[in-house]
Amino acid sequence: MTGIEIDLDIYPDEASLLEALKRGEPEACACLVKQYAPRVYAIAIRMLNDPDDAEEVLQETFISACKNIHKFEGRSALGTWLHRIATNAALMHLRKRKHREVSLDEPIEMAGGEDIYREVEDGSLAPDDHAMNSEVRDMLEKAIAQLPETLRAVFILREIEGYSTEETANILGISVSATKVRLHRARLRLRELLAPYLA
Amino acid sequence: MSAQSQHTHTNSCHEVLAHLNDYIDGELAPELCEALEAHLEVCEDCRVVFDTLNKTLYLVHQLRNTSPQLPETVEYRLFAVLNLEQFVPKKPE
Ligand SMILES: [Zn+2]
Repeated sequence: MTGIEIDLDIYPDEASLLEALKRGEPEACACLVKQYAPRVYAIAIRMLNDPDDAEEVLQETFISACKNIHKFEGRSALGTWLHRIATNAALMHLRKRKHREVSLDEPIEMAGGEDIYREVEDGSLAPDDHAMNSEVRDMLEKAIAQLPETLRAVFILREIEGYSTEETANILGISVSATKVRLHRARLRLRELLAPYLA
Repeated sequence: MSAQSQHTHTNSCHEVLAHLNDYIDGELAPELCEALEAHLEVCEDCRVVFDTLNKTLYLVHQLRNTSPQLPETVEYRLFAVLNLEQFVPKKPE
C-alpha cells in the first residue's frame, strides 16, 4: 500500500474496529479510512467521471460515516455500508450537476431496438487477449461513463464491485426486480456502445 | 406443459433478448435454457448479441483488477478533513 502508513493490525477484526470507532478513537478512524478509501474513491470516480467531484464524495462519505457510526448496526459489512453512503452521495452530486447544466441526459429506454442487431464480427478484443491494455481500459471506462446514471450505479456495483443483485438492491435502496431490469439495460446498452470496438 | 415447451422452440428473438440476462447469470429455468440455446443455434443475429455481450462482460470484469488509484494528495486531504493530521507524515516523500 502506498501513501500514509497505518498499522491495520491494531484491530484484529471488524467488530473491534467498530467498537473503537464508536469510542471515537482516532486510530480507528485512520484504519477505516486507510482500508476503505481506495474503493470508495474508485466508485465515486466511476460514477462521476470527475476527480474533484469524486474527492468531494470521498470526503463527504467518511465525514458522514464517522458522524453516524453509532447508527451502524452491523447488519451489513462495514464496506457495504460505506459504499451505500458513497453511492448516494454520488447520485446527489449528479443531481446537483444536472441542475447546473442543460440536461443532455439520454432517456432511459429499453435497449433492444434495431440497433441491438448491429453486425459485429470477432475481432481485436477477443477474450483471449492477455492483459488489458490502457487503451482498452480507457475505452471501457468512457463507455461506462456514458451509461445513464441510474443504470451506471447498478452496473458499477454489480459488475465491477462484484456485489450480488440483492446486495446491489440493498445499497441503492431499490427492489431486486428493479435492480435486475436496470442491470439488463445497462449490459445491453454497454454492448451497443462497445460494438464498434468489438468489431 | 409439453405443448408449451414445444412452443418455446419457436422462441422469438425478442423473447431471447428478454431472457439473455438471466441466462448469463445462470438464473434461467432449465426448460427455458434449452429453448434459448436452440434458438441461438439457428439465429445468427441473437448469437452475435450473445457473443458480444459475453465479451463485453468479460472485459468489464477485468476492470475489477484495475481500479482507479487513490492519489496520495487526495488521501492527505481526506485525513486532514477528518482531523487525522497526526497520521500524515510531515514531509511527503
Ligand atoms: Zn434470434
